[in-house]
Amino acid sequence: MNPWLEKQRHLIDFTLASLGRRKTKNIGLLLAYTLLVFVLASLTLFTHALRSEASFVLAGSPEVILQRMVAGRHDLIPPNYIEKIGRIRGVQKKEGRLWGYYYDTVLNANYTFMARSADEVADGYIMVGNALARERGLAAHNTISFRSYSGKLFTFEVSAVLSPDSELLSADLVLLSENDFRRFFEYPAGHFTDIALSVANPQEVRNIAAKLSSALPDSRPILREEVLRTYQSVFDWREGIVLTVLAGAILAFAILAWEKASGLSAEEKREIGILKAIGWETGDVIRMKTWEGLLISLSAFLLGFIAAYVHVFHFDAAVFEPVLKGWSVLYPRFTLVPTVDGLQIATLFFFTVFPYTAAVLVPIWRAAITDPDAVMRA
Amino acid sequence: MLFQPAIIALLLAAGLAVVMLAGVAPFAIQVIRHWDINSGSERQLALERRTYLFSTLLTFVLVAQLAALLLFVFNADRLSVMFVGAMCAVGTLNVNGWGFPSLITQMAVFFLAAMWLAINHVDTLARDYPLVRIKYALLLLLLPVLASSFWLELQYFLGLKANVITSCCGSMFSEEAKTIAAEASGLEPEPALWLFYAGMVAAIATPLWHWRLGSRISGFLTALTSGAGFVAAITGVLSFISLYIYEHPHHHCPFCILKPEYDYQGYWLYIPLFIATAAGLGAGAMQPFARSPSLASIVPRVSSRLAGLAVGGYILFTALATWFVLSSNLILIEH
Repeated sequence: MNPWLEKQRHLIDFTLASLGRRKTKNIGLLLAYTLLVFVLASLTLFTHALRSEASFVLAGSPEVILQRMVAGRHDLIPPNYIEKIGRIRGVQKKEGRLWGYYYDTVLNANYTFMARSADEVADGYIMVGNALARERGLAAHNTISFRSYSGKLFTFEVSAVLSPDSELLSADLVLLSENDFRRFFEYPAGHFTDIALSVANPQEVRNIAAKLSSALPDSRPILREEVLRTYQSVFDWREGIVLTVLAGAILAFAILAWEKASGLSAEEKREIGILKAIGWETGDVIRMKTWEGLLISLSAFLLGFIAAYVHVFHFDAAVFEPVLKGWSVLYPRFTLVPTVDGLQIATLFFFTVFPYTAAVLVPIWRAAITDPDAVMRA
Repeated sequence: MLFQPAIIALLLAAGLAVVMLAGVAPFAIQVIRHWDINSGSERQLALERRTYLFSTLLTFVLVAQLAALLLFVFNADRLSVMFVGAMCAVGTLNVNGWGFPSLITQMAVFFLAAMWLAINHVDTLARDYPLVRIKYALLLLLLPVLASSFWLELQYFLGLKANVITSCCGSMFSEEAKTIAAEASGLEPEPALWLFYAGMVAAIATPLWHWRLGSRISGFLTALTSGAGFVAAITGVLSFISLYIYEHPHHHCPFCILKPEYDYQGYWLYIPLFIATAAGLGAGAMQPFARSPSLASIVPRVSSRLAGLAVGGYILFTALATWFVLSSNLILIEH
């Protein structure tokens, strides 16, 4: 074997044995280190999973949503407005959508009512989201009444509960027919809430948005990519804020590492003294101590990361959920899709291993320059 | 944008590196003034002990710098979704005027640090530490570079405003633009191919020669051809290798090859290239001291080993680049 490798192998061997001789001290450090990695890794894994969840969800939404504005406020789309857009090259489909919010005094929550075509939902029937069905105790073929904003009571039969897989999107959703929607909200005939446009080529989206706003100056196009970008930066920002809050923990850990590394026991000092007396150089002792740091770092990183993975993807990140997920009365239940990202791991490495190594460098050196005679005489 | 985790990590690493190096500076001055290997005084003993600390510290800072350089580019690529007009790292780096200067300084820090480490390594091998003074003087020169790299990085990240419409790689690395990058991109594929392979042959042959002989001249030439090889390699990537990877005759971007869509092929190219160049430069950096009596046998040994690393790195880089070209479906040059 290469002599250099051979030397490192023996150093690691020696280091492991010496770590084993001081079990309690090292296990304490390893635990604190693992806990730090665990907290930070849970945070990054969870936000990353939420980010990718957001992009999965948005993948199916229309590329452009057009809203009409009156005095800077969102207003209804009047009749013939869709025809005014005319034919724009690149737009595959445009349709007026009907949706609105309904405040239910039973749950003190807002539902989203959305009209679907008659072949999906017949008049007098509704389909409800899973979270709503759970909270109101609804199942297929039950009937439910809503008092509309005009005071009239409407009774619907639940034709189906929407699949729990889509819960992130459909938690508070009520799908009903267009006729029912217009009657329930007394929606003016021929009006729509907004217009959804599908665009085939993602590179064209901006041009189409520009054409739309010049053709219809009172409208506001909302692009899917912009919504997605907003989500990304919101989650990044939340993650960054929590990280900054946790900076105190990182600092505390660095201080702990410094303390542990500099507080050499008499036995350790003797060990180093003997090593130097039998011919080890200062460089060798530094190398051995570096291996010690590396071994502890890597095991803590691995343990902490695995624990965080289990925490986030099997226990739904119970610790961080309230801060990062946001809240609502009808909060969707959803399972996160496990995703691990290289950038996250690299960043995490910088946040944990880097401060640790920086903190133990000076104590390592202090230990390494110990004079053999000073130690043995003591 | 400052609350991006990777940005916090990068600033933390760069800031800590500057603080550490600044902490070393007073000691460096002390060494330059008072170092005397023949003295047995207490001060000399303390100085000798401290050199251990500082070379360990610097190795740490420089390894961190290498990791930070990778993270910087990786992060820039990832941030490109946040900016209108950005498609890869180029767009993100172009959001304000500090992006590219910051990247280039970080690359410079990396290569300078590699040379310093090479000199440090031979010095610690010699019994009488003949280069201590030079080493710490060089360190004092490295400090402002590192500090300005940190400052540029900070300015860049502070100036990252999401409402800026940036320009993408397509406009920067096109044949029409008036920059050095555009000049390199605009090279015809055939002369570029010749230039690239000539550069690679030189960058492989010279260190190979140095590896066998270990002479001083070949050492200097190794550094020279490694530097030139780096330029030739980047020109090659700009002018034709990237085209073959994208299978697109007009997309010259050297950053899009780092994207997952192209299986991160860029990292496979750049990592061996950077290591080889650093090794070649390191081999050259120690040559001025080869005449020193205690280093006479050490410098040739270490530098020829570094030259071997450079040979390996450049062979790997050339082989990978050739493989990407051959396995591509794009035809740029008709036979």
